[in-house]
Order: sequence, then C-alpha cells, then structure tokens
Amino acid sequence: MLTAVLTISLLGTLFGLGLGWASRRFHVESDPVVDRIDALLPQTQCGQCNFPGCRPYAAAIAAGEAPINQCPPGGAAGIRALADLLGVEPLPLNPDNGAEKPPRVAVIDEAACIGCTLCIQACPVDAIIGAPKLMHTVIADACTGCDLCLPPCPVDCIEMVLRIPVPGGWTRPRPAPAARAAGAAAGTA
Amino acid sequence: MTEYLLILVSTVLANNFVLVRFLGLCPFMGVSGKLEGAIGMSVATLFVLTLSSVSSYLLSTYLLEPLGLQYLSTLGFILVIATVVQLTEMIMRKSSPLLYRILGIFLPLITTNCAVLGVALLNVQQQHDLLQSALYGFGAAAGFGLVLVAFAAMRERLAHADVPLHFRGAPIALVTAGLMALAFMGFTGLARL
Repeated sequence: MLTAVLTISLLGTLFGLGLGWASRRFHVESDPVVDRIDALLPQTQCGQCNFPGCRPYAAAIAAGEAPINQCPPGGAAGIRALADLLGVEPLPLNPDNGAEKPPRVAVIDEAACIGCTLCIQACPVDAIIGAPKLMHTVIADACTGCDLCLPPCPVDCIEMVLRIPVPGGWTRPRPAPAARAAGAAAGTA
Repeated sequence: MTEYLLILVSTVLANNFVLVRFLGLCPFMGVSGKLEGAIGMSVATLFVLTLSSVSSYLLSTYLLEPLGLQYLSTLGFILVIATVVQLTEMIMRKSSPLLYRILGIFLPLITTNCAVLGVALLNVQQQHDLLQSALYGFGAAAGFGLVLVAFAAMRERLAHADVPLHFRGAPIALVTAGLMALAFMGFTGLARL
C-alpha cells in the first residue's frame, strides 16, 4: 500500500518536474509583434473582423494581410492605438465589419429560456452557464458583449443591455501604449 | 520473423482495433469528415501508439512488476502516456514546426484515446517483449489509420451523394462503419494471435 502510494507520487512528481523543465528548455518564442498587437485588441473574440478570434486577427495584421480597421469593439480608440504601434495612419472603421457600439453585456430572460444550450455553444468565452433543459444565465464579468449568442437563440430571450459601470468594479482606463512606455522609462530613470 | 509479421497482419487486418475490437471509435467518427484531417490523425496516432506502447512496456517491466504493483498499471500507463505525448509535442514544436502544424492539434487529443490505453494493457496481458510491444502498437495504429482514411474517403463521397433525408449525417456514417466492420470480419481466419 505504502509502496503504491510512494511509487505513483514519485512518478507524478518526476514527470511533472520533467515536463516543467522541458517546457522551459523547448520554449518557443512567439512573435512579439503579434503579442503586442493582440494586447491592444479588445479580446471579445467576436469574429466581426472575419477572423476566428483576436489572436488570428493580430497575426494577420502582423503579416500585413489585414488592415487595422476591422475591429468594431475596439472602435476608433483601438484603431488609433494600433496605428501608433505600427507607425501607420489611422483609418476609419470599415463599415463592412460592423459599427462601434458602447460596451454591453448579454442578459438572458430566464423565464423565457427553454434550456437548449445553443447559446452556450456559440459563446466564444464560455460566459454562459446552464445545462440541457435547465435555465441558462450569463456570467456578466466574463461576457464580452460580442452578440454571437443572439442568432442561435430559438426563442430570442437574450438581450444586449448597456454595461453600467458600478463604482466597486470601476477601474481606471489603461493609459495609451506610448504613455505607458514613457512612464516606465521615467520609473527606471 | 514470422511471429512479428503475424503481429502486424493480426493488428492491421484480423484484429483491427477499430472495427473488430471497437477501440478508438471516438476519433473514428469524429475526425473522419475530411480526408486531410484523417491523414493527419492517422500519422499522429502511428507516432503516439508506437511511442506509448514502448514506454508503457518499460514502465510495466522495470517498475510495476518488480514492485508487485500490476494493479496500478492503468493509472501508471495513463500517467506515462500523457507525459510522453506532452514531451513529444514540445520537442516537435521546437524542432519541426511543419510537422507540428500537421499533427499539432491531434497529439493531445490522442492522449485520451482509448486505443492508446487499450494497446498498452493488451501488451501486458499478452506478455509481449519490447519489440513485440512496439510492433503491436505500430500495427494497431496502422490498422486504425487504414480504416480511418478509407472511412474518410467514403464519407467525403457520401457528403455529395443523394442520401435519403433521415439518413443524412451521422446515421449513414454509422451504417457505413457497420458495413466496413462486416467486411473486416472476412479477415478473421487470416491470423490467430
């Protein structure tokens, strides 16, 4: 009994340490430009840019395959930040991709929900919880307001409402990348 | 030599893991929609099964048997298979980005494939030595790949065929799989192991 416990624990620890070492030893640097572009995108994973998510869009921008004006959730501010980072002229948002909207959150009318799980499958950030034939609900903190759950709902019980900032959850908006870099330089000097 | 050939023939055709032993049915139905995906999955399975049958043989012979812990083999095999697959994925990502792009998403998927654990456990049960274990894993994966690619090719044609409405999709795929299993029953007398 003790041998068994010891053997399995030892094996597990050994393999864990080995994998941890290997993940550092064989670490692959991802493209830093893609990382920085991805950091400026709103991470709604809404797909309105015609890419499957924010990171694929960032990779396409970095490769020069996509213009910077295809992200409606990022809006004009996002395009400006991207233009600053890449050193190109800001473009107006491409209307084919959609219009800029204020931050919103999905709300399920729980009395009308039939528990079909279709919206759960559509949600790109897993912000909807529920089970078949049971009521679903939205985790407001995780919802990115991407609208992707609206089309699959057979009873149209999901509504997008304006996200009203509550004092407790309010955070100071992040400074622009240029200001951040200047601040970091000032901090180290 | 004959014995090794017999293992190969037996695992690929007569005791095919998918159609005769009914192991690894999940990727068989799941990844057979497109031929390219099926080929990628087959190559990745070939790789993982051979590697995992060797590593689980080593674990079982040099650790579990001397300590009298054979009853832990399922747990130990899962542990060693998951580790080996993860490690392979990391090394592959570093050394061969092309291979990683082809096999990348399939490798972690295969870890949870019951055929992988099945091969490891059957190796112990049939008391194979190291080379036999490796061949058994290789043959099992080759059989899996053969069936998967053939099935995917058929499903690609079925997608364009005029199938009655209620048979479209999964039902016709299951009927096809059943007919394939019937055909593979013809190999039954070919090799006895």
